[in-house]
Amino acid sequence: MEPPTSTAVLRRLLALLPAGRVLDRAAELAAYESDGLTAFHQRPVAVVVPETQDEVVATVRFCRDEEIPFVARGSGTSLSGGSLPVAGGIVITLNRLNKILRVDPDQRIAVVEPGVINLAVTTAAQPYGLHFAPDPSSQSICTIGGNVAFNSGGAHCLKYGMTSNHVLGLKAVLATGEVVEFGGASREQVGPDWTGLFVGNEGLFGIALEITLQLLPRAETFHTVLAGYRTLEQAGDAVAAVIASGLLPGAIEIMDALALEAAVAAVHAEYPPNSEAVLIVELEGPREGVAADRVRLDEILAKSGAVEVKVARDGAERIAIWKGRKSAFSAVGRLSPDFIVQDGVVPRRRLGEALRRIGEMSRAAGLRCANVFHAGDGNLHPLILYNGKEADGLARAEALAGKILRMCVEMGGSITGEHGVGVEKRDYMPDMFSADELDCLKRVRAAFDPLGIANPGKMFPAAEAPVLSQHGLHPLEKAGVISRE
Amino acid sequence: MSGAMQTPSTPAELADAVRSAPLVIAVGAGTKPRLSRVADDVVKISTAKLRGIVEYEPSEFTFTALAGTPVREIAAALAERGQYLPFDPLFAEAGATLGGTVASGVSGPGRFRFGGLRDFILGVRFVDGSGRLLRLGGKVVKNAAGFDLPKFFVGSAGRFGALAEITFKVFPRPASTRTLRLPVKDAEAIMGIFSIAGRARWELDALEASPAEGAVYARLGGAGEAHDALGAEILAKWPGETLSCGVAEKMWRESGEVTWAFADGAFIKVALAPAQVAAFLAVVPSSARVRIGAGGNVAYLSLPAGAAVPALAWPAVALRGDAPLWPGTRPRFDVLQATKTALDPQNRFPNLDD
Ligand SMILES: Cc1cc2nc3c(=O)[nH]c(=O)nc-3n(C[C@H](O)[C@H](O)[C@H](O)COP(=O)(O)OP(=O)(O)OC[C@H]3O[C@@H](n4cnc5c(N)ncnc54)[C@H](O)[C@@H]3O)c2cc1C
Repeated sequence: MEPPTSTAVLRRLLALLPAGRVLDRAAELAAYESDGLTAFHQRPVAVVVPETQDEVVATVRFCRDEEIPFVARGSGTSLSGGSLPVAGGIVITLNRLNKILRVDPDQRIAVVEPGVINLAVTTAAQPYGLHFAPDPSSQSICTIGGNVAFNSGGAHCLKYGMTSNHVLGLKAVLATGEVVEFGGASREQVGPDWTGLFVGNEGLFGIALEITLQLLPRAETFHTVLAGYRTLEQAGDAVAAVIASGLLPGAIEIMDALALEAAVAAVHAEYPPNSEAVLIVELEGPREGVAADRVRLDEILAKSGAVEVKVARDGAERIAIWKGRKSAFSAVGRLSPDFIVQDGVVPRRRLGEALRRIGEMSRAAGLRCANVFHAGDGNLHPLILYNGKEADGLARAEALAGKILRMCVEMGGSITGEHGVGVEKRDYMPDMFSADELDCLKRVRAAFDPLGIANPGKMFPAAEAPVLSQHGLHPLEKAGVISRE
Repeated sequence: MSGAMQTPSTPAELADAVRSAPLVIAVGAGTKPRLSRVADDVVKISTAKLRGIVEYEPSEFTFTALAGTPVREIAAALAERGQYLPFDPLFAEAGATLGGTVASGVSGPGRFRFGGLRDFILGVRFVDGSGRLLRLGGKVVKNAAGFDLPKFFVGSAGRFGALAEITFKVFPRPASTRTLRLPVKDAEAIMGIFSIAGRARWELDALEASPAEGAVYARLGGAGEAHDALGAEILAKWPGETLSCGVAEKMWRESGEVTWAFADGAFIKVALAPAQVAAFLAVVPSSARVRIGAGGNVAYLSLPAGAAVPALAWPAVALRGDAPLWPGTRPRFDVLQATKTALDPQNRFPNLDD
């Protein structure tokens, strides 16, 4: 069938790739208009679905030659608009590059293509007693390519770090068309850490084609404790006491009352009655070590004024605790038609103060705000509930989100711990970085992408290209080079 | 003729010093002198006076210190609060500075368990080639805003900017440690232990081999109550001995200070994959001394003065002595030069090849 959009550029793109690789019908494109930041939409001109690394390279070089912006896409779960299409641009979706190329238990590494799902790496490593440490709540759907682009985190960052701490090397096609290989199978590097620089680039450098991941031994034993508190402050104080004790838990998480309500409704999670906050602490390691450490942890929690302390007695109970925590985002969806998630970071000692101020600000804004967060590393996740059908619903929610981000920066923290800047927080970059610092970041970006075609409009304020130009035509459209339905 | 040495004592003075000459490089205490052995017309900026801990919040697991701060001063301040830098920085007692440690990108024995220097650096303040003082990364344990230039500076050998101030993540020091010495007869035996111990339930703290001694050293860290059982299980697998605290401390000190190496002569770090240990040992000349660290992920090679550097089929960097700066393989891509130009448009700092 003749494709409905048959401009010159599209025709050249279609000619470049095997049949079936280019989607350009309105119905096909609709699925790619948005990512996890659902308030934003932008229809791409076309979506390319490559099946090989060579096809990705060819597509990127095509974009370079034609000066067309492209956005790499994994599963589209970005919460900051990272994989939101660019007006007049194409989307390169990497889901079909989903091969685990190698699992090497002796070297404790896995080599994977970017479309591999995060959890699939651990599944493949499990027979060897190994696992892939980064565990974002979206781990059953998000891709390693997305994790690499966003340096994604999860519940175990305090002890294990983020994605970048587990990427040893990668092969990528840069926006210049150059194919590079950084790092390799060694956990050590020599010379500047190019791999480290690439991870977290938010899709602004190019597309990762093959990634070497380090695997860690799977902990033999877990000791997972859930403690309920009458106030958020008490839960926060308990975190401080755990940290001061010299223990190094694998995870320390807090959920507030509204988040608990959502988890109860969504996955029938059970929490101690009358709890305004729940703390989850998990110790892990060899059974003898955990047995010794849990004595210390139990003592600390016993003195922390908890309403109730529940210990997971077996694997099933542990999974139930984590299910409640990890489903919190989607669970909140049941409480409200729309919500946005922030992920600012504050110094851990100021968590209590930050939560109090978030409470005050959300009351003043007349919006409900649920909090689930990585307390161990001060990474907040306020979920701001709003109704998108109200004329100013989104605007009010965004205004509140902005106040929260500025508060994080003021407190010496960051506007994002793991979700990335994307479109959503690009205007807050100047709160964190000076004009010179932003200029430095832009210069580095230009080294990888001199034409500014890789995911433009993201990360940097006063974006090079208007991302949300839903009204009016893109210059290329006016010139008749591209068109849309 | 080399220019007069500059000795700034604040980040702003460091920026002035960078701007003061067309060719500059920052130098620390000189524990890894090969990195800054560049042409005579390059003005050296000493970080000797750029020292002090700027911020240390034990409850945050973070500290920020000026680049010239000796690592041992930091280690002492952390130890007072029961914390440490888990990657065991090399040459601490010899006076290594924090900035030099970052620029050289070397980690010690503790690297095995929680990761290397790159995994603990959070933020940097540095002077770019235009003389601008910039802060990138963050001061909190988690931050994803902006490109990760702090990581990029790890191993960058002072070629992309002058570090002024660095923020690190730290961990609570393990309550106790225990070291086992496992005799090995050859490279295969070393690799066998590395492979099994690397994914065993014990979660070792450090795992190194000293081929000349015919020994693998395995260190347990954590609650002392666990060590008897874990140690016994390991020794049941590979007969060996438990080192007394004194002997173990001395051995790890020798490893961290590299006192086992020749005093002069080339000292080279090689980034290995664990499967390459035997191939590496096969090219090492018999006159050389070697230590394999991080469960086979790094080798340190020490050659007697005047000895030729063997051909190395792995990425490698010379830290001391008379050897090419990069005696192993090197990536060469257009983007590397483009990034250099982005950070240092006037080529004020030497190139990686200089
Ligand atoms: C319910 C839910 C829970 C979440 N929980 C967490 C959490 O706990 N922690 C956390 O950190 N994040 C979390 N996220 C955010 C999101 O899942 C992560 O950012 C994830 O890494 C995105 O992966 P993806 O495959 O969906 O990537 P996408 O959203 O498709 O893309 C993300 C970015 O990566 C770029 N990209 C994708 N593939 C490549 C590639 N191969 N090369 C270069 N760039 C590429 C895109 O251009 C885009 O900028 C959550 C999201 C949801 C919806």
